Amino acid sequence: MAQMTMIQAITDALRTELKNDENVLVFGEDVGQNGGVFRATEGLQEEFGEDRVFDTPLAESAINGLAVGLSLQGFRPVPEIQFFGFVYETMDQISGQMARLRYRSGNTENMPITIRSPFGGGVHTPELHADSLEGLIAQQPGIRVVIPSTPYDAKGLLISSIRNNDPVVFLEHMKLYRSFREDVPEEEYTIDLDKADVKREGKDVTLIAYGAMVHACLKAADELEKENIHAEVIDLRTVSPIDVDTIVESVKKTNRAVVVQEAQRQAGIAANIVAEIQERAILHLEAPVLRVAAPDTVYPFSEAEEVWLPNYKDIIESVKTSINF
Amino acid sequence: MKHVLNSVEEQFEMFQILNEDGEVVNQDDVPALSDDELKELMKRMVYTRILDQRSIALNRQGRLGFYAPTAGQEASQLASQFALEQDDFILPAYRDVPQLIWHGLPLYQAFLFSRGHFHGNQFPEGVNALSPQIIIGAQYIQAAGVALGLKKRGKKAVAVTYTGDGGTSQGDFYEGINFAGAYNAPAIFFVQNNHFAISVPVEKQTAAKTLAQKAVAAGIEGIQVDGMDPLAVYVATKHARERAINNEGPMLIETVTYRYGPHTMAGDDPTRYRTDDLDNEWEKKDPLVRFRKYLEGKGLWSEEQENSVIDQAKEDIKKAIKKADSQPKQKVTDLISFMYEEMPPNLKEQMEDYIEKESK
Repeated sequence: MAQMTMIQAITDALRTELKNDENVLVFGEDVGQNGGVFRATEGLQEEFGEDRVFDTPLAESAINGLAVGLSLQGFRPVPEIQFFGFVYETMDQISGQMARLRYRSGNTENMPITIRSPFGGGVHTPELHADSLEGLIAQQPGIRVVIPSTPYDAKGLLISSIRNNDPVVFLEHMKLYRSFREDVPEEEYTIDLDKADVKREGKDVTLIAYGAMVHACLKAADELEKENIHAEVIDLRTVSPIDVDTIVESVKKTNRAVVVQEAQRQAGIAANIVAEIQERAILHLEAPVLRVAAPDTVYPFSEAEEVWLPNYKDIIESVKTSINF
Repeated sequence: MKHVLNSVEEQFEMFQILNEDGEVVNQDDVPALSDDELKELMKRMVYTRILDQRSIALNRQGRLGFYAPTAGQEASQLASQFALEQDDFILPAYRDVPQLIWHGLPLYQAFLFSRGHFHGNQFPEGVNALSPQIIIGAQYIQAAGVALGLKKRGKKAVAVTYTGDGGTSQGDFYEGINFAGAYNAPAIFFVQNNHFAISVPVEKQTAAKTLAQKAVAAGIEGIQVDGMDPLAVYVATKHARERAINNEGPMLIETVTYRYGPHTMAGDDPTRYRTDDLDNEWEKKDPLVRFRKYLEGKGLWSEEQENSVIDQAKEDIKKAIKKADSQPKQKVTDLISFMYEEMPPNLKEQMEDYIEKESK
């Protein structure tokens, strides 16, 4: 088994699917000869040719419009939006078009599109590169939002997303691209969409997160362990729609929950999870379900990132609030 | 400064074959259509004019839903579709239902689309088209994608899309023609310039004197065509199609036309932004009148033939409305099952709720 970073696992998944299915097309700004600004598509054009892996002109709306059109000819497009902060330019093609086309066509058309895009903070990018905008897409039925937190998950989830006949926004947290390596099988494998993953078992409190915040939760859980507080950590993997069953099952066991997201607090993924928990498990709760999230400001300039982003200490504090409630 | 280029618009002369009186003004470009083909094109225009009149009436009776009137634009719509092959893929805007019908969409489904029933959009196998686009310009970039797909598949077919004059102001318009140009993809982009985007006149839409000239910036071919002249529209489309399938790139076709009716039947009142004089001026250019004169001159059309088409149209419409009426009512469970191929857990749960509700 090879040790891979998340970016290597993503490249490996793309290579696997380009090999498996000649209908898979990879395209976007700088993805060709340059191999993508993060090198996610490194070497793929050389290996599969310009017909399969190609650069686009610089226009996000048309990149996803192209994906819709190519799907109508039976292709399986994997467009890249260079940074998810640019998604506003292409909201119509995502939410207005590809997410609605199965319905609009009376279930006669598939939209097997996987939009890959880097997102998330902490790597000192210019403005509008680092926002956590998954909530925008989570509001839209007809499309999935998948966010891996490890190299292993990135490969399996990306392969599953590409093989899925509905559109997926596949968000890759920039801070996780090269932060660590782990064993990733060289052969192909898939990981179920719409299923959360219990990353760590515990009996005292459930921490629910996705993306980079999974690692903040795991770190918090390590620290809490020293104080004899055993936290269960759930990685959502698919943030829209969410796997409510896994969450509720855990909360019924631990009776406490803290939902963690890097995005701003208002109207996000975490708010939805809190609502689901209180509807389904209120009598199991020993404390209000708490949220750890960024403040309701715009994503800050890079020097303010570290003070703005939620971290493991914030999580520990919320867990203690819950325990001491 | 001598290096400043002021304009390219004088290079875009409007292409015309038949003048308002149905006389050939451009013998060189008269297409080699057989008598039967000429009659067929006339038949389609008459039929569609009746369909428009009936649709407006049915809408007023509450028997149709969303409807965007088409009278005045028959040459732009039908002569362009007439130049296509069945394998060609149409990405229409909301006023372009007639092209879908002549591309093979059964009339009762067009009515169901108008009513807002999903079966209207379940196109039969072989009808290569999308349902009408509502977002202005979104279809332009999708057309670039369909065209690129056709090229990758090695098909001898084109993607054909339509927008209006207002659509040319959208970013997606530029992105679409630019992408298709960059990929040399077989696409034909129509701008049906009917001079008003709902109420805003084309003069307020852009400083460009023609919309065809916008092709220049994308590096693709462009042409301005008399959109009330069916032969000119047909020839321009045929030319664009030939080029596209021979890998010579996409084309932008501006058809200069007019809609006689309101923007849609949802309360638009054209008297707020158009004068009777302007309406009258355009009605003199009517595509049916001029084509009828042309065909009568060739001994190919008579009042009898016209009446028989009108009767046929009315009969078909009656039957189609009846068939549309018999379509089962839509359910929330249909909607839920059309969201994803594999139903996620939240919808599975909601499905159970609605199965129960709908069984009551």
